Amino acid sequence: MHDSPSQAKTAPAAAAAVAAAQETKRQRVQLLIRAAGMLPVLLILCIGFHFLSEGRFFTGQNLGIVLQQAAVNTVLAAGMTFVILTGGIDLSVGSILAASAMAGLTVSKLPELGMLWLPVAVLTGLGFGIINGALIALLRLPPFIVTLGSLTAVRGLARLLGADTTVFNPSIPFAFIGNASLTLIPGVASIPWLSVIALLVILISWLVLRRTVLGVHIYAVGGNESAARLAGIKVWAVLIFVYGVSGLLAGLGGAMQAARLYAANGLQLGQSYELDAITAVILGGTSFVGGIGSIWGTLVGALIIAVLSNGLILVGVSDIWQYVIKGLVIIGAVALDRYRLQGSART
Amino acid sequence: MTDPILEMRGVSKSFFGIVALRGVDLTVYAGEIHALMGENGAGKSTLMKILSGAYRPDPGGEIRIEGKPVHIHGPQGGRAAGISIIYQELSLAPNLTVAENIYLGREVSQSGLLARGEMRERVGPILERLGADFAPSTLVAHLSMGQRQLVEIARALHARSKILIMDEPTTALSAGESERLFALIRQLRAEGLAIIYISHRMDEVYALGDRVTVLRDGRLVGSLDKGEIRADTIVRMMVGRDVSSFYKKDHDPDAGRGHPVLTAVNMGDGQRVRGCSLTVLAGEVVGLAGLVGAGRTELAHLIIGAAPKTSGHLELEGQPIEIRTPGEALDAGIAYLTEDRKALGLFLDMSCLDNINLGVIGRDARFGGILDRDKARDRANRAFSSLGIRAANTGITAGSLSGGNQQKVLLSRLLATTPKVLILDEPTRGVDVGAKSEIYSIIDNLAKAGTAILVISSDLPEIIGICDRVVVMRVGRIAGEIRRGADAPLNQEDIMALATGTEQIDA
Repeated sequence: MHDSPSQAKTAPAAAAAVAAAQETKRQRVQLLIRAAGMLPVLLILCIGFHFLSEGRFFTGQNLGIVLQQAAVNTVLAAGMTFVILTGGIDLSVGSILAASAMAGLTVSKLPELGMLWLPVAVLTGLGFGIINGALIALLRLPPFIVTLGSLTAVRGLARLLGADTTVFNPSIPFAFIGNASLTLIPGVASIPWLSVIALLVILISWLVLRRTVLGVHIYAVGGNESAARLAGIKVWAVLIFVYGVSGLLAGLGGAMQAARLYAANGLQLGQSYELDAITAVILGGTSFVGGIGSIWGTLVGALIIAVLSNGLILVGVSDIWQYVIKGLVIIGAVALDRYRLQGSART
Repeated sequence: MTDPILEMRGVSKSFFGIVALRGVDLTVYAGEIHALMGENGAGKSTLMKILSGAYRPDPGGEIRIEGKPVHIHGPQGGRAAGISIIYQELSLAPNLTVAENIYLGREVSQSGLLARGEMRERVGPILERLGADFAPSTLVAHLSMGQRQLVEIARALHARSKILIMDEPTTALSAGESERLFALIRQLRAEGLAIIYISHRMDEVYALGDRVTVLRDGRLVGSLDKGEIRADTIVRMMVGRDVSSFYKKDHDPDAGRGHPVLTAVNMGDGQRVRGCSLTVLAGEVVGLAGLVGAGRTELAHLIIGAAPKTSGHLELEGQPIEIRTPGEALDAGIAYLTEDRKALGLFLDMSCLDNINLGVIGRDARFGGILDRDKARDRANRAFSSLGIRAANTGITAGSLSGGNQQKVLLSRLLATTPKVLILDEPTRGVDVGAKSEIYSIIDNLAKAGTAILVISSDLPEIIGICDRVVVMRVGRIAGEIRRGADAPLNQEDIMALATGTEQIDA
């Protein structure tokens, strides 16, 4: 109380500096945990499956299969990351994927316009995504309800497109993206085109989210929508954009599937793909309430799902138990998400 | 003097090596109002949370209630020890009735079924004693903030608490509601309750406090008895230095000679704001006073296009201007600081850097949308040094800062847009004394630089201290305007008379 002014001023300042330094350290550790997130889990899974399968996991061929299997889900999950970052959800990606693939295959059979099937598929997805976004942003309907509706409606349209049959096209243009690999070192290393596309999608998503104004606005809308509105951000435009991206990437996923299978069936294709995409995003540490998360986490999440499917088959676990184990992994991941959020809780 | 009801001796608490409270003593007697003061981060809430059982103190200290040593574990422990806390953010469930809230966690049941009728009957007398004007069966969602506070107090009384801790209880209350609350607190004191009253506001501590204890940096600075309570003494104890001129007002006292920058004419939303007109000149600080609910924030929202207006128009520097969204307001040069920085202002999970730059990243961007990260970093660093934001670095999340620093971060976002008009809604709410004074000098410097500033505040000494002119609102209308005269400074009574409408009754 009778401190001289100078003492009184320096003591709290020093204490504040120490506290601030500790605070940064704490935040840095937290960031690291968040960023690294599930990477250790992925590595442990890989190594575990390698031993359990007696060395069949880490082979060039098997890794290629894993990457290829992860590709479509990675693309869908990238779109889902945009949506979940704004605090929304897109349940319709599986249906949009099917409708886009059907639209693409139908166009690919037209004699003159066959080459256009790829953009048609992607734009079909974009169209559905923008409709979702407009309903959510302009009519202020809840994302869960809107996309639950389009999950059903778009599935119906997908069946309608092929008159409820399977559409084949054994000579579909650009078939290489579904089945061929990009040779990195001839005879030694190659990477499936599907995986190349998935990685490009992740890279572009990272650029948009972290290096553009739009990216900051997406995080802002997810973090605090009312504040974003008051800060002059066009919240409606951001929302239409993220659902548009999700639809576009679902369309791209549909094109990838069509090129891989030379066929599409409006009823079966993409069934419950939305669940795998959401799981990948949540495994990647993106918060379900929005505002927190990264695209790299999503990549790791998608790889975990692919490794889990592949590894369980390699080890010889029955199809039925695969379901049980995957379900438990989802719950475990959400528990982890909770734990991490607690770690960053503010007082 | 009687024996103390609560005695804390050498109570400490540290979190992972960071000391929040060191060796604090606190003695509280029954039938006294004990004010607890200190800047944000001084340790007040830690102390409270120890008393409520939310935190367990470090070993070594001692807490005695009515002379008996106690260990408080968990919220039930605090209640069992006779301690109730009313937090700043009230902890009521709005979807339940008053009676249900009071009984929350201790519901009365008959053979497994809720005994609603019985609960209501038992709550009735308590509400009556508090002079409540609502029934036990009312939904809390339908109550005003002041009424909700009564429910919290009723809950404490119902639990037969002997010690009532109130954390900034008037933050969300209007002046009238605050007065009623003070009367009630005095009544409870007369009934023998010990009340620990936490507040930043000097006038409240004057009005209520029998004793004041001041904390700083987790330590006890000292206690003052009623006769010794003086504003400058308390401020010196809180900040550890003299705050000689608390309110900064060095800008031109004849600021009324600038040109009109913002003119609002006949603004209304058809409900809470009707026919409001006002003008703010360049380099002028205009106060917008009035009771809570008078429509001040709503008027500000109309001006910046955050709410749809049904009448009126705006002029900016003499030119008519149409503003439909907050974004258009910012583009035009009208920036608005919200009164609710956590819910409507900051992005708590985003870095200070992003928060500061959010308004201008679009303008700074290259190639139509790629972030210019160097510019952003420079701007954030400049804001940190010029506004004196105390944080380890600009990458830290806004949510981890203290209230004062958060407010400065939000203010820097607005200033980054170099506004012509700055509308500040409760700029120092929940901000500690040191930061308050700094914010006043920021406002003063902006006025010197020619910015037109409109300050909405419920803190009358603040309005009087920093404004050149005061416009007073009452139930959605402009009730009048008070100018600072050469020999007649602004005074609290004139403003209150306009705000409450008493001058009409007198006339």
